[in-house]
Amino acid sequence: MASFSSTASVDSTSVALDDREIVPPFRGGDGGGAGPGSPDYRTRLRRARLGLLVALIPVLMLFVSFTSAYVVRQGLPSLDTRTNQMVRDWIPIQLPILLLANTCVLLLSTASMELARRQTKREAALSPAGLLPRDLFGDERAMPWLALTILLGICFLTGQWLAWRELMGRGFYVATSPSSSFVYLLTGAHAIHLMGGVLALLVAGGAVLLRRPVATRSILVDVTAWYWHFMALLWVYILCLLEFAH
Amino acid sequence: MATHEFAAPASHAHAAPQGFIRKYVFSLDHKVIGLQYYFLALSAVFVGMFLSLVMRIHLIWPTASLPLMGEIKPEAYLSLLTMHGTIMVFFVLTTAPQGGFGNYFLPIQIGAPDMAFPVLNMLSFWTTFLAFLVMLSSFIVPGGAPLHGWTGYAPMSALQSSGPGEGLGADLWIISIALFCVGALMGSLNFITTTLDMRAKGMTLMRMPLTCWAWFITAILGLLAFGVLLSAGVLLLMDRNLGSSFFVPMGTINGQITSHKGGSPLLWQHLFWFFGHPEVYIAILPAMGLASQLLSVFSRKPIFGYKAMVYAMLSIGFLGFMVWGHHMFMSGMSPYSAFTFSVLTMAIGVPSAIKTFNWLGTLLRGRIRFPSPMLFAIGFVSLFVSGGISGPFLAQPVLDIQLHDTYFVPAHFHLIMGVASIFGIFAATYYWFPKMFGRMMNESMARWHFWFSFVGTYAIFMPMHYLGMAGHPRRYSQLTEVAYLHGLIPLQTFMTYAAFITIAGQFIFLFNLFWSLKYGAKASDNPWEATTLEWTTTTPPPHDNFGGHTPVVHNGPYEYSVPGAPRDFVMQTDPEVAATH
Repeated sequence: MASFSSTASVDSTSVALDDREIVPPFRGGDGGGAGPGSPDYRTRLRRARLGLLVALIPVLMLFVSFTSAYVVRQGLPSLDTRTNQMVRDWIPIQLPILLLANTCVLLLSTASMELARRQTKREAALSPAGLLPRDLFGDERAMPWLALTILLGICFLTGQWLAWRELMGRGFYVATSPSSSFVYLLTGAHAIHLMGGVLALLVAGGAVLLRRPVATRSILVDVTAWYWHFMALLWVYILCLLEFAH
Repeated sequence: MATHEFAAPASHAHAAPQGFIRKYVFSLDHKVIGLQYYFLALSAVFVGMFLSLVMRIHLIWPTASLPLMGEIKPEAYLSLLTMHGTIMVFFVLTTAPQGGFGNYFLPIQIGAPDMAFPVLNMLSFWTTFLAFLVMLSSFIVPGGAPLHGWTGYAPMSALQSSGPGEGLGADLWIISIALFCVGALMGSLNFITTTLDMRAKGMTLMRMPLTCWAWFITAILGLLAFGVLLSAGVLLLMDRNLGSSFFVPMGTINGQITSHKGGSPLLWQHLFWFFGHPEVYIAILPAMGLASQLLSVFSRKPIFGYKAMVYAMLSIGFLGFMVWGHHMFMSGMSPYSAFTFSVLTMAIGVPSAIKTFNWLGTLLRGRIRFPSPMLFAIGFVSLFVSGGISGPFLAQPVLDIQLHDTYFVPAHFHLIMGVASIFGIFAATYYWFPKMFGRMMNESMARWHFWFSFVGTYAIFMPMHYLGMAGHPRRYSQLTEVAYLHGLIPLQTFMTYAAFITIAGQFIFLFNLFWSLKYGAKASDNPWEATTLEWTTTTPPPHDNFGGHTPVVHNGPYEYSVPGAPRDFVMQTDPEVAATH
């Protein structure tokens, strides 16, 4: 197995630390394997990021629809059968304080995710991916950050579950009132998307453990990190919507 | 033989598969996936057509006992109507033009070896296939298929007790639609990334064939619209199964007070039509792109106003997201909102007219050839105009009060969205069959098929306008009980006989398709003398599309009858003519 010192020269044309230079593409591929002749690291990274950016649009549209439904439903009156009059049936819900703690956990996880992303990026930059695709460089410094992110992600999901339990303890179920329906809907839909992120992190972690090519690992971690950041931002938005949009 | 320039040898991300399962079933090759989509849509169209046939028979002979089905009850008629609409809109009009031909030809026409994410592409097809199976399974569960129409209006769709098919059948219907959305979103993601990132050298956006532009814009519409439908489906499932009240107001259903309160059926309509109107363009835009392509190829002339065509498609797509309210004029919306939606809807007439003008301009003084793909492309333009002209009528709230929920509406959307798009699919089949399978389709059978379809569809759908104007409501399963409809029954009878003949004509197509696979004349690499990249490669194309090379593009896609060129067409890859031109 070849080894490199950290002062090894890096061919700046074959690796890229960022995506500043976008060149017209000449070759295609699936962003999967990195055998000889496959698209280079930079092309694959750009394509994967573009794919992620496009994939985030329908996720955004999903939550935009939920938001518009939330706003519309809040303003609708309902018939009170006892008085036979139209009344507002929107009962504001005191959100569990646990959600704030969960938010801190998720924000911490984005920090560790970012550290993992930068670490794998550095590894990819130092290992000429196109020449020695299956070589590992140094020890796996991104691994602890990845593991920490997964752990924090699971903590967040568990925290959300506990918050649901608290709401149920207070008598708020999905069908109790329109406001409780939306709390479960928005937190549930976000949790499902975050589970997808945890799954992607497990795949990325597996790629590290299975010693997949550095470039593949780096791309996996990179797009998962952007997805993860998006999920954190989305969560902050959902929390603000539930707390302040009355 | 044409001169083509190729860049350095290209690579393909995945090797050519060997085993049957990897090659034909779980294939990563966009061409195989395209064919899978095509044959899925072909199966779906025959199911959908069969349902419409049963409906047409029932309308004329309401008490007739059909083999295996017995007498059609009114609620069964509603099930037929729902499933016909859903299967046709989702699994035919959305699946064949985009999933089928888009998958097969987008990468080849832009000079790429495959889609950007082949695994996702495969998942996209299999999710759609699963959605189709789930949709069909609603026929055989207790209670049968749902009754709520393809638009799934709440509260009927949101309550399990609202009708015989609204139990498990309706749940399966919603799950199928949700799965379809997921599959379509994966497809859209691939189309957009591939178009933006995998074009060959020299293939600038403004050198892309209009088919590629159409697939690209359709993918953007899909990306924005299907997420919204998915969200509406999630809310509906929650209302049905978890007791929430997003769409269900307080009230009585079948004499019983529901536990729901305060929901809004209008919320469903807003969410559904925010998807539903762009969906119309998802169905028709690929056919528009294809018609542009074929009119240019067979008129031996450049397309009239290439840039105008691109901008017209972009504006149609953009405006398509602002007009959903015109489906809801009767819902009690504010007249100011209705006015806004009305004006925006009629504004779509402008880019549509630009396109029609350009199609006619392309034909003008062309050296027109009339093979079957061209016949269907001209048929498309005819149907697009005939169906489109009734759009501005329906777009006016005052007229819509009279025409809403009458046969005028099915007449409009069947012509412009249904049959016009189907003609696009037929044109694409006759045009690209030689490239896909290496053989020509039988031309005589194709011509018979064209005339059966063209005359037949007009015979079915033109009278529907008169029914609508006479106030004949949609969705009525029996006409004999309603006195004022008696005078219209002869017209309905005529339409049913026209449907028999038109459907019989489709079997000519089916026979031709499979007969030509085996016995069709061998096709050359470029039988239509067209210029785009799929005609530079072998017939059928190899696994990586261009035999280990990536083409270099020098010309636009519609270089026909170029002065000074040795032939009347210049391939996109031809460097010599580009140098002198």
